[in-house]
Amino acid sequence: MPLSREHDLHSARSGRNLVVGACLCAFVLLVFALTLVKLSSGHQMEAFDHSVRPSLVKGDQ
Amino acid sequence: MKSALTVGANADLGVLDLLAMFKPRVMSLVVFTAMVGMIAAPVQVHPVVGLAALAFIALGAGASGILNMWWDADIDSKMRRTRNRPIPCGKISAADAKLMGLWLTGLSIVMLALAANPLAALLLAITIFHYVVIYTIWLKRRSPQNIVIGGAAGALPPVIGWVVATGQLAVEPLLMFALIFLWTPPHFWALSLYMNDDYERAGIPMLNVVRGDASARWHILGYACALVPVSLLLALGEAGGPLTLGAAVVMNSAFVYGAVKLCRNGKSAVRTRYREERRFFRLSLTYLFVTFAAMAVDSMLRPFLSGVMPL
Repeated sequence: MPLSREHDLHSARSGRNLVVGACLCAFVLLVFALTLVKLSSGHQMEAFDHSVRPSLVKGDQ
Repeated sequence: MKSALTVGANADLGVLDLLAMFKPRVMSLVVFTAMVGMIAAPVQVHPVVGLAALAFIALGAGASGILNMWWDADIDSKMRRTRNRPIPCGKISAADAKLMGLWLTGLSIVMLALAANPLAALLLAITIFHYVVIYTIWLKRRSPQNIVIGGAAGALPPVIGWVVATGQLAVEPLLMFALIFLWTPPHFWALSLYMNDDYERAGIPMLNVVRGDASARWHILGYACALVPVSLLLALGEAGGPLTLGAAVVMNSAFVYGAVKLCRNGKSAVRTRYREERRFFRLSLTYLFVTFAAMAVDSMLRPFLSGVMPL
């Protein structure tokens, strides 16, 4: 049986897909905002690679 | 003849079904108590970090709800209250729900660790494990104390909220934990008193199903009394304040009075169609909301009042 464009399942699926898409966009935005906040509040930006470098050595205190 | 789409997996799953999978009512309670835990903490959280943490806590709560629905699909189909859930209705397969729950569990824990701190993520992992494995898989169908021990999962969100802000545990969040832990049994036993036949049909050994209504009513009164010192301690502690104290006095009085009425009205419950039990169930929701809302307001007012009066 051919499916018409107006089949109920199409509308159910498109609604569901829109919501999932919106959630994914919100997730990306949230992670982006979180990254900006973490970086601007002075969090460590470089991973430790077992070699000493100036940024890992605490300044003269 | 069915089309290819109708026999395809999850073709009928609509937006509302997808939302129902996350148990939005439970999730709202989790988010609310976690938010109050965060607000009551002495360290201020950046709004974006706080929002992200709440979103990932909500995601974890939703994921555990999905895993609960996956495991309980067989008994959900026998109960009036749950038979319209997406899995018993055949709108999503149990296997897909399990996958979805597991992926979202992992995602929520990892993201909370990155957004807040590892301790908060560990507590979220413990919450989900406790709800899904200890309560849903192990205790729910085996012990009349299912809701007592399982209640620990629902009691952890304010602790997670506090740890998101401070990075460590303290007495105050543990008192919040104790409050919700003691509140959970009377809340669910009131529900099971008027949903008795549902639980009996599904074979869930709720206290009233196994030991009778009278026992459940006395247990409700016992837990309502046990709540009094905990909520007063919370109100008089660092996280509390005058509003919390007022709320504790009013709500505990109403709660204990409601529990006494439940004990007295046992014989007339069927005749009154469980009016008191339904009222007590609604009262329990109000109790938790008012107590935690008062704590949040007290915490928000503290910086303004600290110079005016000793708190």
